Amino acid sequence: MATQTSIETRKPPAPAAPTREPRREGAVMNVFSHAFLWLWGLMVIIPVVWIVLSSFKTTREIAGDPLGLPAAPQWDNYASAWTNGNIGTYFINTLQVMVFSISGTMLLGAMAAYVLARYEFRGNRLVYFAFAGGMMFPVFLALFPLFKILDNVGMLNTYPGLILVYIAYSLPFTVFFLTAFFRTLPTGVAEAALIDGAGHYRLFFQVMLPMAKPGLIAITIFNIIGQWNQFLLPLVLMSDPEDAVISQGLANLALRQGYEGDQGALFAGTVLAMVPIFIAYVIFQRQIQAGLTAGAIK
Amino acid sequence: MRHGKYPFILSFLALPVGLYAWLVLLPFAQAFQISFTDWSGSSNQFEYIGFDNYVNLFKDDRLVLPALRNTGIILVVLPVVTIALGLFFAFMLNIGGRSRQGRIEGVRGSRFHKIVFFFPQVLSLAIIGILWKQVYAPENFGGLITGGLEAFGLPSPVNGFLADKRFVLASVIAVLVWSAVGFYLVFFSSAMASIPRDLYEAGIVDGAGRFQTFFRITLPLLWESVQTAWIYLSIIALDVFVLVYMMTPGKGGPDGASEVVGGVIWKYAFTHGEQAFASALGVVLFFAALSLAVVSLRFGRRERIEF
Repeated sequence: MATQTSIETRKPPAPAAPTREPRREGAVMNVFSHAFLWLWGLMVIIPVVWIVLSSFKTTREIAGDPLGLPAAPQWDNYASAWTNGNIGTYFINTLQVMVFSISGTMLLGAMAAYVLARYEFRGNRLVYFAFAGGMMFPVFLALFPLFKILDNVGMLNTYPGLILVYIAYSLPFTVFFLTAFFRTLPTGVAEAALIDGAGHYRLFFQVMLPMAKPGLIAITIFNIIGQWNQFLLPLVLMSDPEDAVISQGLANLALRQGYEGDQGALFAGTVLAMVPIFIAYVIFQRQIQAGLTAGAIK
Repeated sequence: MRHGKYPFILSFLALPVGLYAWLVLLPFAQAFQISFTDWSGSSNQFEYIGFDNYVNLFKDDRLVLPALRNTGIILVVLPVVTIALGLFFAFMLNIGGRSRQGRIEGVRGSRFHKIVFFFPQVLSLAIIGILWKQVYAPENFGGLITGGLEAFGLPSPVNGFLADKRFVLASVIAVLVWSAVGFYLVFFSSAMASIPRDLYEAGIVDGAGRFQTFFRITLPLLWESVQTAWIYLSIIALDVFVLVYMMTPGKGGPDGASEVVGGVIWKYAFTHGEQAFASALGVVLFFAALSLAVVSLRFGRRERIEF
């Protein structure tokens, strides 16, 4: 979007009456909008801080004195969440899955996107639209057949199965986004590399991938957050509670605490699950915002 | 470039396309097929029964009809409220705090606000569900809102907001809006950043107030972004499930008051063992998503304003 000043409005807006009092309006609006901004900010901060406070309370305090501070911090809640609640195991499970699913998604996504963006061949458009269309499919429709397909090849309730599913369901957006990104890269460098005798593979791995780094980083962040938060697919495909990933593990914990009534441990588990995300968010806030909104802006 | 081009293309596409076809396209195609059978999902026996499942969908007033109604409500309310709030906040944070010597800038603390507003977007729905379930809990379970209302001597629903038919759906929608607004704030902000400042300055010189600036300059230039946001939010609205699963009594209750299409598909497929019926509802959802996209692309298009 160059800063060209040729504006093609549909029709010129009716001239506004200049007799308004912009200052008055400004002052009232200022108070109102500031108040509203702060109100929304508090609506985000208060529940989060409150759950952190609650995680240090006894179950009796949580129910009896929801607005008060904990009399003495209950570190037991955290111990219980970590050991009985298995939060530690869920973390490791999730990391195990994501090391492979993220690198797989990025590698396969970049390969497909690169070919679709830079090579002319029959069926190019068809493949592209098959991927892009997948962004709209409601995943509910596929759940049960997917369950059966994995069951038939013995990959139900296994991490390799879950990893492949994560990759497959992350591909539509990844391919869609990276195709657009590879198209924006200059052709001159690629041609020069080919003249210098680089093959197609070397061109991709040594020239194009490094050039596509900003796009790859943005979409990697997008996928990390998406797969970290994935709930529905593991819920259906991983039925052994021992193997649960973090979101699913928390949900199981929530369900169990409903019976056992140990709210403190549930909130401690929730806070434990929130902490790494929070730290990463504070550090990489700009990159995360850019990564998550990148696809929408393209 | 020509040498070895096709082997290269094939070698790069085979794996991603193969995996995608196997685990995404195939299950979707199978679901369409299943929807015309009477398959329960557990045995290998089934017969084709034509459109019977589809006809029966609209007779199921216990789950399907409430779910269609509720998903319909979410489909209208979620995009409208989220986009309105997102635009308002983005405008305030980028352009609204105006007129220090005619320079256009956001209100003070806008960076802080952006960081805070966006935070729910990185939390998983499981965490958000646990968080808000407790916020909405009944007073004697230590709910935040009920407790707060009590502290001011105001009445609150005895069993909390989520066990009350009148409030449960609105409560779920509120959480959806709460978690989505930050994303659209940032999204609209980046779109607003590409609007040249001199347009606003010209507007101010002509005596435009903030309302006029917004409706005459910002909104028309953001139209494409609003359209994109609307499609995204509609798809989110159609796929609502996790929050209902995590927060509401009976995963859709009380009394069907928060059943959603995704949840009902899940119930029929995985707890009632009525696979074919669930697939039929899934197909309906599929076409709903498809027609939304087509409608918004066909009719939402306006002349593109270049700047």
